[in-house]
Amino acid sequence: MRRLSGLYPVVVLVVLMAVLPLVSVTPEFWITLLNYIGLSSLVVLGLMLLTGIAGLTSFGQAAFVGVGAYVTGYLCLNYAASPWLTVFIGFAVTGVIAFCLGAITLRLSGHYLPLGTIAWGISLFYLFGNMDWLGRYDGLNGLPPIHFFGVALEAGRQIYFLIWTLVFLSMLALNQLLDSRPGRAIRALRGGPLLAESFGINTARYKIIVFVIAALLASLSGWLYAHLQRSINPTPFGINAGIEYLFMAVAGGAASVWGALLGAALVTVAKDQLQDILPRLLGSNGNFEVIVFGILFVLLLQRAPEGLFPYLQRAAALLRNERTRGRTIAIDEKAAPLSNRALPSPGTLLLDVKKLTKRFGGLVAVNAIDFSVRAGEIVGLIGPNGAGKSTTFNLITGVLKATSGDVIFAGQALNALRSRDIVRLGVARTFQHVKLLPQMSALENVALGAHLRVDVGILRAALRLDRALEARLLAEAMQQLRRVGLEHLAFEEAGNLALGQQRILEIARALAADPVLLLLDEPAAGLRYKEKQALAQVLRALRAAGMTILLVEHDMDFVMDLTDNLVVMDFGVKLAEGVPAKIRDDPVVLEAYLGGFDDEGGLT
Amino acid sequence: MDLSIVLILLQDGIVNGAIYALLALALVLVFTVTRVIFIPQGEFVTYGALSLAALLANKVPGTAWLLLGLGVVAFLMDLTAVFASRRFDRLWLSAVSDLVLPVLAVIIARWAAHAGLPLLVNVLVVLAIVVQMGPLLYRVAYQPLAEASPLVLLIVSVGVHFAMTGLGLLFFGAEGSRTPAFIDGRSKLFGIDVSSQSLFVVVASALLIGLLYVLFERTLYGKALRATAVNRRGARLVAISTNFSGRLTFALAALIGAFSGMLIAPVTTVYYDSGFLVGLKGFVAAIIGGLISYPLAAGGALLVGLLESFSSFWASAFKEVIVFTLIIPVLLWRSFATPVLEEDE
Repeated sequence: MRRLSGLYPVVVLVVLMAVLPLVSVTPEFWITLLNYIGLSSLVVLGLMLLTGIAGLTSFGQAAFVGVGAYVTGYLCLNYAASPWLTVFIGFAVTGVIAFCLGAITLRLSGHYLPLGTIAWGISLFYLFGNMDWLGRYDGLNGLPPIHFFGVALEAGRQIYFLIWTLVFLSMLALNQLLDSRPGRAIRALRGGPLLAESFGINTARYKIIVFVIAALLASLSGWLYAHLQRSINPTPFGINAGIEYLFMAVAGGAASVWGALLGAALVTVAKDQLQDILPRLLGSNGNFEVIVFGILFVLLLQRAPEGLFPYLQRAAALLRNERTRGRTIAIDEKAAPLSNRALPSPGTLLLDVKKLTKRFGGLVAVNAIDFSVRAGEIVGLIGPNGAGKSTTFNLITGVLKATSGDVIFAGQALNALRSRDIVRLGVARTFQHVKLLPQMSALENVALGAHLRVDVGILRAALRLDRALEARLLAEAMQQLRRVGLEHLAFEEAGNLALGQQRILEIARALAADPVLLLLDEPAAGLRYKEKQALAQVLRALRAAGMTILLVEHDMDFVMDLTDNLVVMDFGVKLAEGVPAKIRDDPVVLEAYLGGFDDEGGLT
Repeated sequence: MDLSIVLILLQDGIVNGAIYALLALALVLVFTVTRVIFIPQGEFVTYGALSLAALLANKVPGTAWLLLGLGVVAFLMDLTAVFASRRFDRLWLSAVSDLVLPVLAVIIARWAAHAGLPLLVNVLVVLAIVVQMGPLLYRVAYQPLAEASPLVLLIVSVGVHFAMTGLGLLFFGAEGSRTPAFIDGRSKLFGIDVSSQSLFVVVASALLIGLLYVLFERTLYGKALRATAVNRRGARLVAISTNFSGRLTFALAALIGAFSGMLIAPVTTVYYDSGFLVGLKGFVAAIIGGLISYPLAAGGALLVGLLESFSSFWASAFKEVIVFTLIIPVLLWRSFATPVLEEDE
């Protein structure tokens, strides 16, 4: 019922928009404006995915619109090709260009991509304007209309239906994509590469995919534009248009499809009105609306960086007297469970660290460390601050590359592997500083951990053909939440949880990867006594179920009660190794922790 | 293409390169100190050139009124901040920098527009207007977001660029302007015939770069800016105001921009939107230096200038395409030169 009531305004909107052009009293001017809003919406939907979801920014989307428009224009005029063919050729050309540009710029840190997009946005504009075969700055004229089952979509009221069908289908596909396995991976891009890569997500690949999708939507808009206008020239594909598209995304709220629609509508209508009013007000002709846009742009980022749509949403929620909270979804508990790895029999050698060494310039952070972890054990890696524990942890998880030495897991060397390959082998980790996606629900965060366990591609997710696998994946995530005792918080946003719960949520996420070995980086840091007890209980239960755990910890009391074996480090070398009781009385360890006893027998 | 053409193209390339070097310098400076990717740098170029042209045509440039408007907004923002923090002792400082100085500049501009002053005095008047715009712009647009990510600051920059270009159109109209040369005639340099104006541009750029070098290496303000660039929080801990650093940086950026604009105005016709492309070419140069290295950026500027002049000879229609496509191999090179950043713990 909740879902249905949420759909109500959408149905009203769609019906209203479908009726509008059929009624003859609707002014032609409205239809024109709505057509342009639709065209912009397609581009802004791409930017929504790119900027709002994945955290990448492009000022060059207008150039992709241009590619789509010029491809169809050139082919229709010179080869009398059907627009239904040229749209796909446009996709191919845009896709290749976007792939190449993305492969070059997406590797760089945040601000290079937008700068790069400005540069090639300008390049493509001048290219369009100087090619003889593209008609130079005059462009191409006399394009045919699109035919739909023999009907030429010549009038604005006719192509209107094609434009808006494509807009709504794109919105639907994007929404379905975001609510799926690849969608969660795309949303995880914002959490930084380390988090995503640790669960097997190839971040570089997903960035390029997102970039290409955004370019394809722009190309689609260009194709429609060319056949709506029936003529094209370089002006609407320049850098100013590219900036306007980004403005629409920022204005509407770059994180939702409805924000994209709102932004496109507001800016298109405002531009039309301002182009009317400003020249009269200022007494001369020119694109003065850019002054207003520029100032609004700055104000918006200062006052409402999330855009206007979230405000509307909150206002609507207030009106309905409803707390804004995560959406509850039905979990199919009867879904077939995902396949599990066989756990090694207790006592077999699982992790073998041999002469592991890491130098940072002249500093030897980890110096020829040796230790091993056997299946079914909880092993603690302890030591004072600066002992090299975290460096060791990062060497094992593939975040850092060892200078020399080996890490052997179940007979396989981990040294040369990347984080995302290590998790594939059954080694899952948590983070010292909690790395959750705060706006995603606890359940979705855990589902992210199971990324590698099902294979659902972009297209399958966008077309909603993934539901059986998605149900199994979510059931698995719910199962892991239950295992750590957080199922009552499954639909709460992860950012709303207490630190202790967030740390346990990270463990559930790691468990969702179906690991053999669990690596925990200071799991008790910052926890209160009760929370530590709850954590210890969870870890004991995991051991009882056959899980092997290696944890890096500060807190002596916590590890003494919990672990089977301890490895003590100080200044990069191993001080001692053994059962907790032995370590507790080891004079070398006491000296490292307490400063030791001097010759007179007093504490220094 | 014979040797004389090569020499002419070289000369053009170096003159343009000198301007791009100045702008690249400003862009690197602004980015390192404030993390702002300063797209509107080029608008200062336009404002400098066209304000000078307006003064020479006995008109008060519209930039003077914009300065006043920015000052009023900045003062109102300072006023709210003062009431929020109850530090009323700061108020007179805001009043001077936000209101008194801009009003003075407007008065001077109104007088200069009809006084028939020598060219160089007009240059100073333009600097008095445009340089002040830098810190006020920082106060109004960037300071409220000083801790935001570079990406947000970049988007703000684009907004500021939009507004400033539109205002440029409003102030100066769509027609371009040229100003008279600072120095007429031609001179012989190493046996090559060059225009004195070109020589002047190169020498003046070199002088300004030298002056900035002295500022950064020898003065406390320069060192404060460098400290802010290295570590914002660290700078604050030793009592360097990052807001002050920001304003000072923007004043320098405006100075460099306006100065560059007045240098090129006698050589090329400047339109209200010319600055954007000029500034972006400075960016291509700055990116060659990874947005942090001054010498690499200067070298990149020379490369961009030469590439532009030679491509305008061989394929003049594709001049811009070639210059801006240069960024692709540069980014490719940089992406291999810089390791992929993993997050710090």
